[in-house]
Amino acid sequence: MYVGKNVPRVDARDKVLGRTKYTDDLCDKSAYIARVLHSTIAHGRVVSVDTSEAEKIPGVVKIFTCFDVKEKHYFPTAGHPWSTDPDHQDVADRLVLTEEVRFYGDDIGAVVAEDEIAAAKALRAIRVEYEEYPFVLDVQEAMRDGAPRIHKNYPHNILKHTGTRRGNYEEAIKEPGLTKVEGWYDTPTVQHCHIENFICYAEMEGGRITVTASTQIPHIIRRIVGQALGIEWGRVRVVKPYIGGGFGNKQDALYEPLCAWLCMQLGGHLVKLDVPREDTFVSNRVRHAIRSHIISWVRPDGTYAARKLEAFSDQGAYASHGHSIAAKGAGAFSQLYPCDNIEVDAYTVFTNKPVAGAMRGYGIPQAMWAVEAHTEDVAARMGMDPVEFRRRNLMPVGYVDAFSRNELYDDTFNQCLDKAMEAIDYKRKYKEYQNQTGDIRRGIGVAVFWYNTAVWPISLETSSCRMVLNQDGSLQVQLGETEIGQGADTAYTQMTADVLGVPLENVHVVSCQDTDVTPFGTGAYASRQTYTAGFSIRQTALLLKERILKYAGGLTRMPVYNLDIVEGVIVRTTDGRRLMTLGELSTEALYSLKDSRHLTAESTSQIKSNAYSFGCTIAEVEVDIPMCKVKLLDIVNAHDAGTLINPALAEAQVHGGMSMGIGYGMSERLIFDEKTGRPLNNNLLDYKLSTFMDHPRLKAVFVENAEPTSAFGTKALGEPPACSVAPAIRNAVYQATGVAVNEAPVNPHNLFRRFQEEGLL
Amino acid sequence: MYDIKALYEAESVEHAVALLVEHPEAQIIAGGSDILVKMREGKCAGKELVSIYGLDEMRGVSFEADGAIRIGSLTSFSHITGDPIIQEHIRVLGEAVDMVGGPQIRNIGTIGGNTCNGVTSADSASTLFAWDAVVEITGPEGVRRIPIQDFYIRAGVVDLKPGELQTAILIPKKAYEGYQGHYMKYAMRNAMDIATTGCSVNVKLSEDKKVMEDVRIAYGVAGPVPMRASGTEAAVKGRTVSGENVKTFAGAVLEDIRPRDSFRASKEFRQHIAVVLAERALRESIRLAGGEVDE
Amino acid sequence: MSRQYKLVSCTINGKQVEKMVDVRASLTDMLRDDYRLTSVKRGCEVGECGACNVIIDGECFNSCIYLAVWAQGKEILTLEGLAGPDGGISDIQQAFIDEAAVQCGFCTPGFIMSAAAILEAKREFTDDEIRKRMSGNLCRCTGYENIFRAVKKTMLQRLGKEKEGIL
Repeated sequence: MYVGKNVPRVDARDKVLGRTKYTDDLCDKSAYIARVLHSTIAHGRVVSVDTSEAEKIPGVVKIFTCFDVKEKHYFPTAGHPWSTDPDHQDVADRLVLTEEVRFYGDDIGAVVAEDEIAAAKALRAIRVEYEEYPFVLDVQEAMRDGAPRIHKNYPHNILKHTGTRRGNYEEAIKEPGLTKVEGWYDTPTVQHCHIENFICYAEMEGGRITVTASTQIPHIIRRIVGQALGIEWGRVRVVKPYIGGGFGNKQDALYEPLCAWLCMQLGGHLVKLDVPREDTFVSNRVRHAIRSHIISWVRPDGTYAARKLEAFSDQGAYASHGHSIAAKGAGAFSQLYPCDNIEVDAYTVFTNKPVAGAMRGYGIPQAMWAVEAHTEDVAARMGMDPVEFRRRNLMPVGYVDAFSRNELYDDTFNQCLDKAMEAIDYKRKYKEYQNQTGDIRRGIGVAVFWYNTAVWPISLETSSCRMVLNQDGSLQVQLGETEIGQGADTAYTQMTADVLGVPLENVHVVSCQDTDVTPFGTGAYASRQTYTAGFSIRQTALLLKERILKYAGGLTRMPVYNLDIVEGVIVRTTDGRRLMTLGELSTEALYSLKDSRHLTAESTSQIKSNAYSFGCTIAEVEVDIPMCKVKLLDIVNAHDAGTLINPALAEAQVHGGMSMGIGYGMSERLIFDEKTGRPLNNNLLDYKLSTFMDHPRLKAVFVENAEPTSAFGTKALGEPPACSVAPAIRNAVYQATGVAVNEAPVNPHNLFRRFQEEGLL
Repeated sequence: MYDIKALYEAESVEHAVALLVEHPEAQIIAGGSDILVKMREGKCAGKELVSIYGLDEMRGVSFEADGAIRIGSLTSFSHITGDPIIQEHIRVLGEAVDMVGGPQIRNIGTIGGNTCNGVTSADSASTLFAWDAVVEITGPEGVRRIPIQDFYIRAGVVDLKPGELQTAILIPKKAYEGYQGHYMKYAMRNAMDIATTGCSVNVKLSEDKKVMEDVRIAYGVAGPVPMRASGTEAAVKGRTVSGENVKTFAGAVLEDIRPRDSFRASKEFRQHIAVVLAERALRESIRLAGGEVDE
Repeated sequence: MSRQYKLVSCTINGKQVEKMVDVRASLTDMLRDDYRLTSVKRGCEVGECGACNVIIDGECFNSCIYLAVWAQGKEILTLEGLAGPDGGISDIQQAFIDEAAVQCGFCTPGFIMSAAAILEAKREFTDDEIRKRMSGNLCRCTGYENIFRAVKKTMLQRLGKEKEGIL
């Protein structure tokens, strides 16, 4: 059995040899180079574009402006499965180039040139005349009467509002003896910062267009490119090679539609669009900044009588993934600490800022920042131990969510807390760090998180798989579910080997998705793939196995029910005799003059279940008060992701998520000029991604309660590690200093302000 | 690809001067970690470049006849840090430039480039200011030497006349002999960062280690160019080593410095940090010099 | 405007090579486009991410901000040069596999070259020194933890101290 073992990544050898080919490595050097002309105002209309000087630059092939987009095919960009119900379709508010400018950096033109220097020169030589409108950057300002209207069909710039009512909040708060705890919590705009920037290239062949792209979602991109160009989806082919990280940014149509459009305008000539790092921060996607207002009414025994959340999610200029993010966070609020009387209002609001889309955690890091900071505040106010307070109120075993029918089968939270506390020696440190004085103080903080796997029942969950047997008994496995660095191909290999009964090295997962040949699948997002692909892999492998054994029965004259495949050998189960190898069988099957067969299987699983995936973070910090600095001394994440397919790769996933959480909690923030809406720190120097020197050793521990709904006992792990890190750090700083920092990140700027407010400086 | 109009590679300092005279519009490129980034941004795109990167004669650390330490302008940060002369006589400079960016940047970045781009955040500059460094400039008229404070004219502008290039930085013997110093870089992360504020302090103690015979302090990002805090120095020069005097010293810096608001940090924050750094850097300098600060 | 080219002779991965190079080219451009050494990645093009890191005369450089013409006479090592001509991989590459230090793989070549420079020093570095020497490379997948383990493990192995363990 391979599931549960630390087999090396199937792609690791090529990657350490530098042989793995990414999009730019594959693009032919004959490609034209495309660069996007971005607006230099935050809101307005392009009146005219003067390209005369730019056109004179040698090497410029053609310059396109928003006025060249004659057929206006509006398209949605979110990497969601398409809905055949128009009411559930994503908002189609993008054009490949736009006259209406909605944020600083909007796409108003494109230069196509023979080389990058000519393209860059031409961009600088283009003169744009705008009609400027007032703009708005703050999410709550944008909702006010008289705020600039960003999209005409959305009054008060509200893309969507959802309200949830459970019990009767107004009545419940009248209960005598309640303590009211209220807080506002803010999370910043941050960016994914995968090291490979988004890049794609497009070319035409035989009236069809092929787009090779650094994307997480090739099949979705095919549909969106078809929509954006106004052509049949079958005329679009999308190829996804290895990609240098995605983290949700590439779960969106970025510039595939524009690149394809440019290619078509140029008669199908190969066009490459490679986004510079600076543009990646602005004109790709960012994480929604969410401002949350929470009120809790707490009984003297530390239980909740009533709770209320208002969340304001900053969508930026276009709908992209839209309200799904805020809605997911709002759901987490209601479920994490269940309470009989709850009011939740979540608003997703347009602002004149970069477009927010999917990013690792999908609303949960924001929600956990607010909820777990607030939980800490409540425990402190009630004079209760922060861990005990959580244990008392967390979702109990047996909890079932009525909508998703998700069930908490095991005592996950307590098990994770216990394991994390032990790993970091929490109890001793918590006691030791009480009531410190002096300039340099230490603290330890806890935060838990709620997460659920995949998108059912909000959206479609489907996975298709194809297995093709080779003459030697090895096989190719194809899935629409993509490898984006997380190790998906390795997990698929382990699963296939186990179900089919073949040696690991005989399973060849085809890493590259090509929508012309790869079975349909929606791609990498929602921490869904190990769970969802697990179903189609098991189903398809069983189907193939059945066909193999049936053929084996014919060859060996044995009843199929007495046969099995063990490590690539057809075995008679009654006495364990090895009858023939799978290779012998397969060769015979292909070349048989009597009964030639190509043994393959292909099937689709529609998944109508979903699974909770919970855990926690504990962080230990040292705060230098005069320096306004936090040093992270130690940190541990504990997860229950069900059965681990590959514990070493699972641990590595957790490290990566923790790292992103550390940046979220301590240093990352995209900032904008209040006067112009211009991004100010859209580069890797000024945007403070954690470096090798900003991390302590990272610890990951697991509780493995096999998920009963899952094909392999597994459930979400890709995103959960990023969800509870930031509030754990915030809570550790709170223990150290008594200062609650409610605006992430806990960086020197915010600490300076808060320490001054609290009189520590 | 860089938008370089033409590239002229100098084969000697003399040749470099000749090329600069011949191509007055040309920019000098040393390690390129600054100019190439600007060029990509479009700021000096389409310019001619005179590359001096190949001039090994401008690399290395040595002694002048008068005991001054001579650092060739093309010496990379990592070579300065690793140099035995620097380690023995002005270790703090090696430590300061070891905080620039990351390892790769410290291999390509040169002390000449770091000072010639005229930016206030340069990690080398505040230490050079604090150690009374002298800049050697070679041009068509020959060689001239000026104090580093005179080299900086305003933000981004240094005293290089047409045809001139900086060939060395010198630390006079009287500026380093008997001094111990400490540099503190305040940045938002521990690597690959630009100084929010940088503070370099050094001290010369009396023989009994009780009196601060001389104290020098310089800042980066406390004004448009690196600067000395002269009033602060005067306030404690000749005073005894004590916690109180250290605090007096730190408090005095606010009279000297002129930080401003930027998206990287507020003026108020920089002022606060400047005081904290002054105190900590002086304490460490005193400790290095064998003194002890009583509280 | 006529283009300016220069003949650049250098040693790349142990082999003496020579090509006419556009003077506007970065070393990244030359290595990727002229020599098809695509382990050299473009991540930021301004020396902030380390994805294009290569070793020149024993020191690490971001090839994106290094002019190709400066390679004249230099000895350049890219990731492709770490494996033997028969395909045998080096200990540090194997350690990256064994320690699960590879995820998306895009930053991996730059990290391995930084690690190679550390190992070439043939001395034992403290944990903090390792971190500092690796800090010119950014990674968004691994949190640096397993990369740290791979580097430290290989360093100790080369010094015959593998029994000391990495923790």
